[in-house]
Order: sequence, then structure tokens, then C-alpha cells
Amino acid sequence: MDEVKVIEIKKSVFADNDKAAEKLRKELKQKGVYLLNVMSSPGSGKTTTLIQTINRIKDRVRVAVMEADIDSDVDAVKIKEATGIPSIQLHTGGMCHLDAEMTRQGLDNVGMEAVDLVILENVGNLVCPAEFDTGSCRNVMILSVPEGDDKALKYPLMFSVCDVVLVNKTDVLPYFDFDMEKCSKNIHARNSQAKIIPISAKTGEGVGAFADWLLREVMRWKGR
Amino acid sequence: MHELGIVFYIIKDVKQVAEEHHVEHVSTVVMDIGEVSTVVPHLLTDCWRWAADKEDMLRGCEMKVNIIRAVTWCDNCKKEYETVKFGKTCPHCNSGNTWLLRGNEVEINSIII
Ligand SMILES: Nc1nc2c(ncn2[C@@H]2O[C@H](COP(=O)(O)OP(=O)(O)OP(=O)(O)O)[C@@H](O)[C@H]2O)c(=O)[nH]1
Ligand SMILES: [Mg+2]
Ligand SMILES: [Zn+2]
Ligand SMILES: [Zn+2]
Repeated sequence: MDEVKVIEIKKSVFADNDKAAEKLRKELKQKGVYLLNVMSSPGSGKTTTLIQTINRIKDRVRVAVMEADIDSDVDAVKIKEATGIPSIQLHTGGMCHLDAEMTRQGLDNVGMEAVDLVILENVGNLVCPAEFDTGSCRNVMILSVPEGDDKALKYPLMFSVCDVVLVNKTDVLPYFDFDMEKCSKNIHARNSQAKIIPISAKTGEGVGAFADWLLREVMRWKGR
Repeated sequence: MHELGIVFYIIKDVKQVAEEHHVEHVSTVVMDIGEVSTVVPHLLTDCWRWAADKEDMLRGCEMKVNIIRAVTWCDNCKKEYETVKFGKTCPHCNSGNTWLLRGNEVEINSIII
């Protein structure tokens, strides 16, 4: 009988992706392109928030959007119609997340010379996108009021990887038992650095604060 | 689907290592999966069966999963405790100033030829 041989690997499944993401981030820095990764549960308001935000900044920076919908181009079309900026759909091949390689291919399609800011709408899901670094400069997570103020307790990883949490749909606060203070406390227990901005993508309330933050980020990234 | 996506990354890594070692067929892949890693072991092994059998090098290759117990460290009282049982709050001193020490691994431990 053949001898049994064991080969030690001891390697995280995410290691290759982490490396590819680091490489992409360096390239983005070199080219002066800022990549923002937006994550949330399905229906939290990613597309609506992007439209509101983009319409506030599109005269100042050149923006493009990449939509990671599993199997439709509805959001990509919506963005294009509502903002007039270029927007493409990324094919995730049925996957529940985007990785750095898929993101890189999307950026090649967008054309990095033509933009200052690329916003990536990740797949609607609070688990997998948090595990796969896309190569983005910053991660934004949208939590909407109807989802409840305890989400950070249930999805710790997502909240630990995001730099900004937008608490969206504040216009419906009167109808839900949502405690903003408790929500902030839960988020900060997971990530003391997270910046929390309450917004309503419907009324536009608070979106200006987020748009200002984003503009500052892009300028800093480009060294201006 | 989450576990299937993970399986594709595992296949890529395993094939690469096997090729580097000039191995033609792998009989077992050993995984270290943390209790709080978001990977469900039996879904992972189901997906593995389906996907591995499509690869010559991995046909019939078994996946063994070692579960890594999740342990949290309390910065306040400098003690460890079981994460799954007590969550974010330290059972010794009630502090929330706690950090996961281990238990979120999704690692390929080794392959057996
Ligand atoms: N009341 C209220 N509704 C909102 C707000 N923002 C978004 N919505 C609604 O919520 C629904 C989902 O919004 P989308 O922007 O499509 O959410 P999404 O996160 O892009 O959804 P997916 O791409 O399907 O995951 C739509 O009906 C929006 O009109 C808000 O601030 N207030
Ligand atoms: Mg959308
Ligand atoms: Zn996944
Ligand atoms: Zn303690």
C-alpha cells in the first residue's frame, strides 16, 4: 500500500483574496481613484442612498457606480436614469459576495482614468461581503430603522469592518421601536471607531453630512 | 450560497498546493473551522462533495472538519471565557470590553495524499 503523506497548509481561505485586495488598494492610491464599498441587508436603501448622495457631489468629482446584483441590472439602470452618471452591473456568478478579483474586473470596465470615485453596491447580505475585502478604501454599511437597533449584536463582523454606518429611513422612526441611542451603543461595542450618520434617503435628511464626509475622503485620498 | 463560494476558494488552494507537490490525487482535506466563523460545517461538506467530484484530482476526496472552540478574552479582568455561551459580555466581571481570541477561523489545515 502507498504511504500516507500529509502536507500541512495552515492557510486561511481568505488569504489570497486579502492579498489581491491589498494590491488593488495600492493601485487605486497610485491612480488617485477612491473606491467605496457599500453593504447592507436587501432593501435597506443602498440604491436610494447612492442616488441622493451622487446628485449632491457629481458636479465636484467624477463618479461611477458598480452594481453587484446577483442576476439583474435593475439597480444599474435606476442609477443611470436618476443621476446620469455611468453605472455598470457586475456579474457575481450567483455568489453571495464580491471578491477583489471581481471588483478589479469591474474597475477595468469602468476605466480608472475616467473617474475620481467609484461606488460599489455590494450584494445585499450582512455575512459574506464582510469576509471578503474588495480592495475598497472605505466600507460603508447601511442599517435601516425597520431592521431593528440590535443588528450590530447579531452581525458583529459586518459592523467591525465598516468605517461608517448610515442609519437609514429615519422618516419612519415614529412607527418603530427603534432606539437610536441603543443602536449607537451596540455599534460602538463592536467598533469604537465607526462613524454613525442617521439619514433618510427618502427626504434627504442627513445625506448632506454623508456627502460632505465622502467628498473630504476623496480629496484626501487624491492628496488634495 | 455562502458555503459553496468558500468551497471554490478551497478547491483553488488545494489544487495549487497539490500541483506544487506533484500530487495526482488528494484523498482528504482537513479544515479548521471556528465555531463563530459563519461557516456551517455540514453545509460546507455537502458543497464540497458536490464540487470536489467535478475535479479529477479531488474526486472522492473526503473533507474532515476540525471545529475550533470560540474563546473570548476580557480586557477588564484579564480572563478568558467561552464565546458561544456568554457572547460579548464577560461572565466573570460583566464587562463588555472583550475580544474574540479564536473561533472565527476558516482555514485549510492540511491535505492527505
Ligand atoms: N421610508 C423610506 N423608504 C426608503 C428609504 N430609503 C429607501 N427606501 C425604500 O426602501 C426600498 C428599498 O430601497 P433600495 O434603495 O432599493 O434598497 P437596496 O438596499 O438598494 O435594495 P437591494 O439592492 O434590493 O438590496 C424602496 O422601496 C425605497 O423606496 C427611506 O429613507 N425612507
Ligand atoms: Mg439596490
Ligand atoms: Zn457568502
Ligand atoms: Zn471580565
